Amino acid sequence: MIVRILGEGQLRIDDSATAELNELDAKLEATVERNDESAFRPALDEMLGRVRAIGRPLEAGSLEPSELILPAEGATMEEVRQLLSGEGLIPG
Amino acid sequence: MSVMKRVSMMFRAKANKALDRMEDPRETLDYSYQTQLELLQKVRRGVADVATSRKRVELQINQLQQSSDKLDRQARDALGVGREDLARDALTRKAGVQSQMGDLNTQYQSLQAEEEKLTGASQRLQAKVDAFRTRKETIKATYTAAEAQTRINEAFTGISEEMGDVGLAIQRAEDKTAQMQARAGAIDELMASGALDDMVSGPHDDIQAELDRLGAGHDVDAELARMKGELSQGGAPREIEGADHADGASAAGPAGAVNDAQPTQASPADQPQAGDGA
Repeated sequence: MIVRILGEGQLRIDDSATAELNELDAKLEATVERNDESAFRPALDEMLGRVRAIGRPLEAGSLEPSELILPAEGATMEEVRQLLSGEGLIPG
Repeated sequence: MSVMKRVSMMFRAKANKALDRMEDPRETLDYSYQTQLELLQKVRRGVADVATSRKRVELQINQLQQSSDKLDRQARDALGVGREDLARDALTRKAGVQSQMGDLNTQYQSLQAEEEKLTGASQRLQAKVDAFRTRKETIKATYTAAEAQTRINEAFTGISEEMGDVGLAIQRAEDKTAQMQARAGAIDELMASGALDDMVSGPHDDIQAELDRLGAGHDVDAELARMKGELSQGGAPREIEGADHADGASAAGPAGAVNDAQPTQASPADQPQAGDGA
């Protein structure tokens, strides 16, 4: 599975880690739904840290799309909302 | 649905929309490649802009550091001449300068991080644009409508995601740079108005003026004391003593070098008279 961390690039992750990442993602999702900025940050950091720890960077010239895209480190909840609404993205 | 999957789908939706706009898939490739080159230019300009901003902040930090050092010296000088009030003034100003420096340092680090991220984004995009160009030529050379569509979609979605990412990175950097510019502008204004800079180095440097005045006064007092001491001991200034010796010992003239070389030969008994005579 290929995961992109916005602002950092793409990483390849073993499918065996999917369950673990889903769990972290559900936690993150819950903070966004609760509108809980203070819980959002550590949840995002935990997620990014885990992905970086188990992922291997994709070769530079790869053109593969990512299955999952994670917000950039330090992203605010507002920025994540904008991402989800599709605003502020440069279309290809 | 999860945050990660939803974001990923947003990117794909964007790519698909762009793909759907084109009649001939091969057109899509060329058009996209054009856009990629433009974005590469843009991200490189972004890196340069952030670097310029960062250097400006660096200069300001250096200026503030000099100001802080100077105020520190002034505080010591003031204490040295027993003016605790002046020293307190200087240290209060130093605290103000250092608080400005603290803010700037934080901003500086954030700009530096932004510059690194953008440089990385630029390199990643470059690698993908190169790969895309190769892929595009291969697809065009072996084009059959049936299979091309899938391969074009694959390449296009991959690069489009990268472009979206880079686009976001540029926006973030622009936001940060704009904030920084405003901050740097405010500090420049403070310096231009004299509030920051003049108080430590400009014409309105009242602490230095006071120290200079004290310093000059101090020198005069010290000299007076020295002279009084010499007079009360019956001692005479050295140059007079030497001149007296030269005049008395030879007709060669009172050259300074000769005077300095032979001061010890002067008779102590001659000195008071020489001093009185001068």
